[in-house]
Amino acid sequence: MSENIATVAYLGAAILFIMSLGGLSNPETSRRGNFYGMVGMTIAVLATVFGPRVDLVIGLPWIIGALAVGAAVGLYAARKVQMTQMPELVALMHSLVGLAACFVGFASYVDTSVIYTGAEKTIHEIEIYIGILIGAVTFSGSVIAFGKLSGKIGGKPTLLPGRHWLNLLALLIVIWFGGQFVAASDTSAGMVPLAIMTAIALLFGIHMVMAIGGADMPVVVSMLNSYSGWAAAATGFMLSNDLLIVTGALVGSSGAILSYIMCRAMNRNFISVIAGGFGTGGGAAPAAAGDQPAGEVIAVSATETAEMLRSAKSVVIIPGYGMAVAQAQHTVYEITKLLREKGVNVRFAIHPVAGRMPGHMNVLLAEAKVPYDIVLEMDEINDDFPDTDVSIVIGANDIVNPAAEDDPTSPIAGMPVLQVWKSKTSIVMKRSMASGYAGVDNPLFFKENNRMLFGDAKKMLDEVFVALKG
Amino acid sequence: MPLTIGVPRETFAGEKRVAAAPEVVEKLIKLGFSVRIESGAGDAANFSDSSFVAVGASIAANAAELYAGSELIFKVRAPSADEVAAMRPGTTLISFIWPAQNPELMKQMAERRLTVLAMDSVPRISRAQKMDALSSMANIAGYRAVIEAAHHFGRFFTGQITAAGKVPPAKVFVIGAGVAGLAALGAAVGLGAIVRANDTRPEVGDQVKSMGAEFVPVDYQEEGTGVGGYAKVMSEGFQKAQRDVFAKQAKDVDIIITTALIPGKPAPKLITAEMVRSMRPGSVIVDLAAEQGGNCELTVPGEVVVREGVTIIGYTDLPSRLSKQASTLYATNLLRLTEELCKTKDGLINVNFEDEAIRGATVIKEGEITWPPPAPRLSAAPPQAKPAAAAPVTPKKSSHGHGGGGEPMSAKTLTIMFAVAAALFWLIGAYAPASFLGHFTVFVLACFIGYMVVWNVTPSLHTPLMSVTNAISSIIAVGAIVQVAPPLAESAADRPNTLILGLAVSALALTAINMFGGFAVTRRMLAMFRK
Repeated sequence: MSENIATVAYLGAAILFIMSLGGLSNPETSRRGNFYGMVGMTIAVLATVFGPRVDLVIGLPWIIGALAVGAAVGLYAARKVQMTQMPELVALMHSLVGLAACFVGFASYVDTSVIYTGAEKTIHEIEIYIGILIGAVTFSGSVIAFGKLSGKIGGKPTLLPGRHWLNLLALLIVIWFGGQFVAASDTSAGMVPLAIMTAIALLFGIHMVMAIGGADMPVVVSMLNSYSGWAAAATGFMLSNDLLIVTGALVGSSGAILSYIMCRAMNRNFISVIAGGFGTGGGAAPAAAGDQPAGEVIAVSATETAEMLRSAKSVVIIPGYGMAVAQAQHTVYEITKLLREKGVNVRFAIHPVAGRMPGHMNVLLAEAKVPYDIVLEMDEINDDFPDTDVSIVIGANDIVNPAAEDDPTSPIAGMPVLQVWKSKTSIVMKRSMASGYAGVDNPLFFKENNRMLFGDAKKMLDEVFVALKG
Repeated sequence: MPLTIGVPRETFAGEKRVAAAPEVVEKLIKLGFSVRIESGAGDAANFSDSSFVAVGASIAANAAELYAGSELIFKVRAPSADEVAAMRPGTTLISFIWPAQNPELMKQMAERRLTVLAMDSVPRISRAQKMDALSSMANIAGYRAVIEAAHHFGRFFTGQITAAGKVPPAKVFVIGAGVAGLAALGAAVGLGAIVRANDTRPEVGDQVKSMGAEFVPVDYQEEGTGVGGYAKVMSEGFQKAQRDVFAKQAKDVDIIITTALIPGKPAPKLITAEMVRSMRPGSVIVDLAAEQGGNCELTVPGEVVVREGVTIIGYTDLPSRLSKQASTLYATNLLRLTEELCKTKDGLINVNFEDEAIRGATVIKEGEITWPPPAPRLSAAPPQAKPAAAAPVTPKKSSHGHGGGGEPMSAKTLTIMFAVAAALFWLIGAYAPASFLGHFTVFVLACFIGYMVVWNVTPSLHTPLMSVTNAISSIIAVGAIVQVAPPLAESAADRPNTLILGLAVSALALTAINMFGGFAVTRRMLAMFRK
């Protein structure tokens, strides 16, 4: 296959990738979108393998072998993963891209098959340097994010003293070694600054994600998504490959937009999320707000909850991370189905940052076969709460906290929240009275029209379901 | 100074509704307005003067006094010429208007320098559902249609087995599953009848089923959804197939309720005299389209007639026959609109033309006719994305993304950004070699494409978006493949082949996990999204 044919094939693949993202604008077209992505990827890989840059005799067995091994592992993981584990899986996959970008970067550096001179050499080396930097940060950051999401590492932010200075120092060192690296006379001399930078970048990635609390995870996951794209784009520059650049840029901007949306949904700016540490030093003590919410907490049983649901005309369900943890989405749907059969108008309200990654709740509800047209966004449903008889909050806390609107001193003040307290009755399912990730007390629990249903979400919902059927 | 809302008694013959209800008046007063009700305005809807006084309204002895003392008038029916003449210039009127049918009235109101918001012109967008009085009235009409039918029908709706013998259930056929049709379905199902429905828009089939009725499709391929979720005129072939279906149903059912309307057109004649003749004696037809000429050839608008032994009900005032309910719902629609007009909650209104809902409803602004409004901004979703309604008036969800990134940036920020971008570009242009510039161009343009495309992604698909972009980012495999075994030139004799091969093959295997796993898991996820 000639150079030109390969280039045209790359162009086709790039267009397919754009169409793939475009297809996701709507659940109807999304399946086709994914298909476009697969076709694009197949074209890209085939065009490369049979293109002018690969010696088929030597290369083909290796390429097929590597692809086969990877495919087996990947397909197995995709089959086995539970929908509640999606955030972990995505984080883990980001780390693979990061690591691959590092490998390709190092390989490109020691590769002498293409010779650069003058300004091109400098630019090529800067590209390698930046590519490996982004790759390494993506890799270690994603591994830590995976650890946090899967519960292997605690969700609380780990904050080193003077962490901003540490980061700044790391940045300066990286820049200084960058100078050394470009100035290095030959490959082995350049290897030392490159290796040191890689180590620092790895540490930086770890440090960055360790400092971020569990509730901010949606931002981190989308940010790492963005990084994995930039890593691909940097690799594209390094190898003078436009397809890599285009695709990397697509993925990078996609992740960046998601991060922005998530930040806006929490009314926080991107820098402060990345700088880490939400609200409190250790996450243990509640924020220094003087006045505790006053009032009484009224607990109800599953039977009483079922009673309230049965007499309701309009019900809104607000799922949160607690539903994912308890794997309660299927029971939620059973209840929904039962209520809908009885003519109750049941809808779901999804806060943009509910769960641990953007759209997490939608995927869980889709898995449980909840029709997506009764799953509404915050803006669509917030006005309807006054006409709602019962709102059920399942394992969510900060996203329904009225303090965000009423109390300007609250750490989450100004964050848009679901106004469940405006419905006639709200029921909050929770394991205990503990505060959410933000460490903020929730005055909702003390409202007159609020009821608490304590216990494991799955177990409680099962009981509600039985009571409803009976 | 806070405005006074005046609610006059409706003067249209037979109109029993009133544009206020005590619980709504209370909320209006909370918004900062004072409210005046004409004495006896609520009598026909069972709201006494004293019930209004109890929530803080004042009572005007007659219409003249009311119009003289009010800056904002709430009405149900479009005003008569006399009523317009009684209003002070500059008054704001909110009412049903039907501007297309009433050009004379529009002219008169414009001359009077009124500002007029027509409840019938509120655009059909998600946000404006709470003020959609057409839907709330249609809901009532649908319910009442079933009640009227039951009243004229000589049998039970529900099937029963009694000591005195077996009673078969009544069969009800509803034509047109809009808001009124769905409400009729709900009411008829609630009474225990066997209910079927037909609509030219195939996507409402699920809504019909969700109400517990059976959907009778017309076996003919044609898309029947027009602009804004309304029906449109169908082709000749479709109409024939449809008539066949109706003729078959007419022989079988006891009650037909027709609700078929096409905006701006006379109602389609769906039930022919022939079909009426084929129905069993004692059957009932309720024609909700009577005001627009009727869906049945034999309908007499406003009256109940018996033709060929079939009772044909052509009432045009069904909402008014449920005056208390209709008044309450209508008044609530008015309240929601008022809330939009009075965001500041200080009893003053702002007819803000930036607001799409208010812009659409406003037919005259300060004496200038502003009807028809410009075409509504289209949502990014295709019309098929209309949701199934679980209940008659479920708010609809339009599945658009986050729009074009919110409000435009301020001029200052924009200037700074342009300056920074210009400086950066100049630097790159001045120092970078040509080959880099080519790639850089591609990179920047791709970033913009990504930006544009991703804003359209619906929030519910953010997780699949992440996993698919993740899969796509394994395009890095291409970078690994070219390193595995490039055709080597003589000069590259010292290339550390084994090291590079090792790195490249590992990178390839890692990305392959991503590539296959990512696409597979996305596919698995997307397969789960269903209506």
